Amino acid sequence: MIPMMIPLAAVNFHSLLFSLFAALACGFAVAVVLSDNVVRMAFYLVLSLGATAGLFFLAGAEFIGAMQLMIYVGGTLVLLVFGVMLTAQSPFVSMKTAAGDRVLAGIVAASLLALLLQAACSVEAWQRPASGRVAAPSATPIGTALVGVRVDDPPPGAAAGAVRSGYLLPFEIVSIHLLVVLVGAAYLARAKRRRTPRAIDEAASVDPVDAARLESAARSRANLASSVNASGRSGSASALAAGGGR
Amino acid sequence: MAEFLINSVGLPAWLAWTIMAGLAAFLILNVIAGGALVFIWAERKIAARIQDRLGPTRTGGRFGWLQSLADGIKLLAKEDLMPDGADGLLFRIAPYVSFCASFCAFIALPFAFDFVGQRLNVGVFFVVAVLGLEVFGVILAGYASASKWSLFGAMREAAQVVSYEVPLGMCVVVPVMLAGTMDLVTIAEKQAGWLTNWYLFHDPFTFVIFWVYVTCAVASVNRAPFDLAEAESELVAGFHTEYSGLRWSFFFMAEYGSMFLVSALAAVLFLGGWNGPIPVARLLGLSEGTGDTAHYLVRLIGCGNLLLKATLGVLIMMWIRWTLPRLRIDQVMTTCLKYCTPIAAAMFAGAMLWQLLLPGGLVRGLTRPAGEIREGWLDGPGGRATAPSVSDKRVARVMP
Repeated sequence: MIPMMIPLAAVNFHSLLFSLFAALACGFAVAVVLSDNVVRMAFYLVLSLGATAGLFFLAGAEFIGAMQLMIYVGGTLVLLVFGVMLTAQSPFVSMKTAAGDRVLAGIVAASLLALLLQAACSVEAWQRPASGRVAAPSATPIGTALVGVRVDDPPPGAAAGAVRSGYLLPFEIVSIHLLVVLVGAAYLARAKRRRTPRAIDEAASVDPVDAARLESAARSRANLASSVNASGRSGSASALAAGGGR
Repeated sequence: MAEFLINSVGLPAWLAWTIMAGLAAFLILNVIAGGALVFIWAERKIAARIQDRLGPTRTGGRFGWLQSLADGIKLLAKEDLMPDGADGLLFRIAPYVSFCASFCAFIALPFAFDFVGQRLNVGVFFVVAVLGLEVFGVILAGYASASKWSLFGAMREAAQVVSYEVPLGMCVVVPVMLAGTMDLVTIAEKQAGWLTNWYLFHDPFTFVIFWVYVTCAVASVNRAPFDLAEAESELVAGFHTEYSGLRWSFFFMAEYGSMFLVSALAAVLFLGGWNGPIPVARLLGLSEGTGDTAHYLVRLIGCGNLLLKATLGVLIMMWIRWTLPRLRIDQVMTTCLKYCTPIAAAMFAGAMLWQLLLPGGLVRGLTRPAGEIREGWLDGPGGRATAPSVSDKRVARVMP
């Protein structure tokens, strides 16, 4: 047992864990591409993104790691739900990729990989291990900077107590942008209303007997539409999309 | 602890850290598994008493206290079934996904001042983010079972959890705002002292938002009256219809683990964490800072405090479960979108204004960074200046 452990002691555990998480992230990313089942793809994607979050935690960037979990992993979850609900006609739908698409995807991926590798290898500081520990970072400066005050970084040469203005304006611009996107999504996803009154008007100008018939037909159609709406409202996840618009 | 192993015992660093990580993981696993054993028995007894029955009485002699163990043996011996049409990989892996998410969230949960798996600077955020992943196992289970009941249950769960994350996040933000940090250890530390220092009694808004948190927490761990995902009167058993044996029990370990977790989170955020209602240790002249045996005992008692509060939370959840009828899915959504979210938003704004107007005063609150005021009133009665003040940080930053 002990002789087995001695070579282990020479291993930098940080590098070992980094390699482990990086291998997991890359391996599951490849699995996403190779799988042809939507839900399995989403599952592998979640594992890959989770391993990336592990890399962030390993690097001491806890805030970004938690963000990664919250936004990407949680977001994939919603993507999965809507993906399955909106696309799957039968259980365990599989997606076949055409050969031409594979070639195109291969070219794009290879060129991106080449670009990234070239960029990564050109950073000199990465080629030797970092020495010394930095102080544990804190998320508080990020928070205060987002609400408009940068307590961490006073402007050079300023009086004591002066603070640099933070990121409130870009933050608000992004918020407004997201709000617009949300309203737009709700508008696109809302239940479409039938234009029954116009149909009745048109029919009335043609023939009174026909008009009465058309009116009753339109009424039954409207009833149908409203019942569909009601069921949509009580349907679980679609209520999120449709209900947001009302 | 790891430093102790390295410096005094002389173990190599990697071995010391591995041992400590293993120890922390072992203890957390035992909190979940042991907790599940106790809570399942308690649930049976409480349900029975509320329904005017006796519950288990014979297993293990009196009170049926070995009932959970007997259940466990039964589950171990059960055949592990899988439907023919199921997606084998996802079906097998789904319970572990749920359980892992529940387990991982415990990593950042402090049990006492220094009793925390990994003290994270963004502890609250981490716990909420990881807890939201538990639903992923449920959705995988529902989809992979190739059963309509399971899929219905999973979709309901997804809709419910995604909706309730919004008010839950807003509730969690209020103690973060009061403490000025997302570090769970510091949040609990700042509530040290008498009962009135707990954030529950900080101002009227936090008192109200605590109850919104309770509602959202019950909904987010999928307990009655929000257990739409397994509504047995309509969906057979919802997402775990097709599961049996040990895989099924993993879902339940995850559920009881999450219940305990949200209760402990409520205790840390609103109910003073490991601090008791009366600061006995401080009155006796002990503080938690240094490291001899007496302080270790204080921390151990603090750990007991937190476990007690969390257990009370779980028992209240059981009481709610056996008292209230299950909601319909539209009622669940209405509760979230029309009541919890607006109330949480209003209380958040109220707590923010209270912070701005009362502790800082209007003029100071508007003209000076929030961090300074926060650090300032920490030094006042009941609070302790544990974190370095903003001006210290600034000095440290200027002098590299």
